[in-house]
Amino acid sequence: MTKPRVAIFKFASCSGCQLVFLNCEDELLDIVGALDIAYFPEAKRENLSGPYDIAFVEGAITSPEDVERILEIRKQSHTLVAIGACACTGGLPSLKNWKRLSWIKKEVYPNPDWVESLETAYGVDAYVRVDGYLKGCPIGKAELLEFVTSALMNRAPNLRAHAVCVECKLKEVVCLLTHEGAPCMGPVTSAGCGATCPSNGRACYGCYGPSNDPNVASMGEIFESLGLPRSAIVRKFRYFAGTQEAFKKGAELYD
Amino acid sequence: MTSLDIKVDYLARVEGEGGIVVKVVDGAVQDIRVNIWEPPRFFQGFLVGRRYEDVPDITARICGICPVAHLMASTQAIEDAFGIVPSPQTARLRTLLTLSQYIQSHTLHIYMLQLPDYLGYESAIAMASEYGPVVKRALRMKKVGNDFTALIGGREIHPVTSVVNGFTRVPTKAELLEMRSKLTSIKEDALATVKLVSSLKLPDFEPDTEHVALYDPDSYPVNGRRLRSTKGLDIDVSEYRSHIKERQVAHSNTLHSYIEGRGSFLVGPLARLNLNHERLSEDAQKALASTELKLPCFNPFAGIVARAVEIVHAIDESVRIIDSLDPMPEPPGAVAPKAGTGYGVSEAPRGTLYHSYRFDSEGAVSKADIVAPTSHNLSNMEKDLWAFVPSTLHMTQQEAELKCEMVIRNYDPCISCSCH
Repeated sequence: MTKPRVAIFKFASCSGCQLVFLNCEDELLDIVGALDIAYFPEAKRENLSGPYDIAFVEGAITSPEDVERILEIRKQSHTLVAIGACACTGGLPSLKNWKRLSWIKKEVYPNPDWVESLETAYGVDAYVRVDGYLKGCPIGKAELLEFVTSALMNRAPNLRAHAVCVECKLKEVVCLLTHEGAPCMGPVTSAGCGATCPSNGRACYGCYGPSNDPNVASMGEIFESLGLPRSAIVRKFRYFAGTQEAFKKGAELYD
Repeated sequence: MTSLDIKVDYLARVEGEGGIVVKVVDGAVQDIRVNIWEPPRFFQGFLVGRRYEDVPDITARICGICPVAHLMASTQAIEDAFGIVPSPQTARLRTLLTLSQYIQSHTLHIYMLQLPDYLGYESAIAMASEYGPVVKRALRMKKVGNDFTALIGGREIHPVTSVVNGFTRVPTKAELLEMRSKLTSIKEDALATVKLVSSLKLPDFEPDTEHVALYDPDSYPVNGRRLRSTKGLDIDVSEYRSHIKERQVAHSNTLHSYIEGRGSFLVGPLARLNLNHERLSEDAQKALASTELKLPCFNPFAGIVARAVEIVHAIDESVRIIDSLDPMPEPPGAVAPKAGTGYGVSEAPRGTLYHSYRFDSEGAVSKADIVAPTSHNLSNMEKDLWAFVPSTLHMTQQEAELKCEMVIRNYDPCISCSCH
């Protein structure tokens, strides 16, 4: 079997999702043995041009150059996988979408005209077809390994689309929403993290984005009943995945 | 060769997106640029209007490699603004969390990003067949560092337990003791790392540079508020903006920092050693003494040695804190927002990180000011290249190019961080 030729690209992001590859300390030598890592500038100096069997893309698309690059990467790649909240939904960079670019540029730069940026930051699928999504901020190690394994075995990856609540139940984590009245986004957020926040005493803040068919209206009503002001409910939906239809709707109900 | 034309569009083995341009004509350096083309995400813009409780989680996402530093600096700034003094247990858990990041990040940088240059490989992956035990040692150390961050923070990257005025989960003594034994299990690896990096032939290069770091008379500080330099800067973090300024250059989306009236400066492990080495752990001091590094040292290439010494210190200091800690379940303390400005500094693995926020009376951000280690260092990287490039003129183009890249990699740059 020839090894799949793999590339790892970065756009507007923090590199945390790429780092998850290197944080697979126990599996790393096996991974690099099974894959032909052709392009990974953060870890390699000799980076080879396409075509690639699998392109893992991290980061939001937020500059004119980004758009050109992602179109070219799509052409060069058989399978294109968005990794992490930024690439899947625009992630935190998409928070700029609700402010005027000219204003936010001035908050940062004395000469804003020297810096090119788009009015918006979106996930990769706003510009090109995406074949797979590894969600989260950052992506989970287990999901990454499942994806790589499935690619090597030529089967569909077993990724979860149910809500974080299911993971809490599986881990027997006491529900923060019903028992403590904590404003937890778990009921509408995609699983995959292993309920990281609730199992550490924290309400989920939705970094994996919406689960399949989430009931955002009901979620909003629960937040209201807990005494959250409308502006806080908007912020809950307009966070890591405010660009996604479900969460957009959740925010608009209270905006 | 008296002329040189280097253009690296995309620097490898650094975090983020940048390149270098070097132009030498007839022996005279004409142009040096570190181009930062990383697309800015405008954190300082979209933070405005968000409430304080989101700020640490948002700013952690500035950097996937040093999220803990952003968590710490932002949390301290918020607590400073609201007049909150966290409990001694919280302070000690924060020190542990910060030190855990040093172990992970320093190991990553030494072995995976820098060492291949010295051993003649394009990557640590390529090194694995010839240097199997060395790569395995790196993975062992990195894993313990990551496990440590996950124990205190709930997750390796973008930890979740650290919040304003406390932690949502406190590790048990049994968990800390298990971590203690993992930490002591890599102590020999850390000492071997010091030995390895001190055996490398570092270029002889000692530019005149001002080094800046946190200062504390009683500890080797990782979180705090007093900044000192090797040229007399000695300020509280609230005075930061009276002394440290930024300018924008056309070739970089990252602003360039400078000290008013003086110029560029360096932050990072070498600056910390120069300013605080007397307060390193005993074994870290011994390890340092076993190397050829003599302090004060201004050779930026010696940063790799400083990094290795700091891993030894991080292990020792963590073990010391664990031994003195009898952790009690302690829910996060109350937070009463009020209008005002707060400041916080954390020593990220790659250097001093500054956060400041102005809040309205509801606790929403009205102004954010964040300066990452690589913003502090960027101007100095260019200054180093101006001084260093003439020494490469006898080399082949390929060699000169690699050496110039190494000048930049000395700083363990985190470009996404700098260009937040």
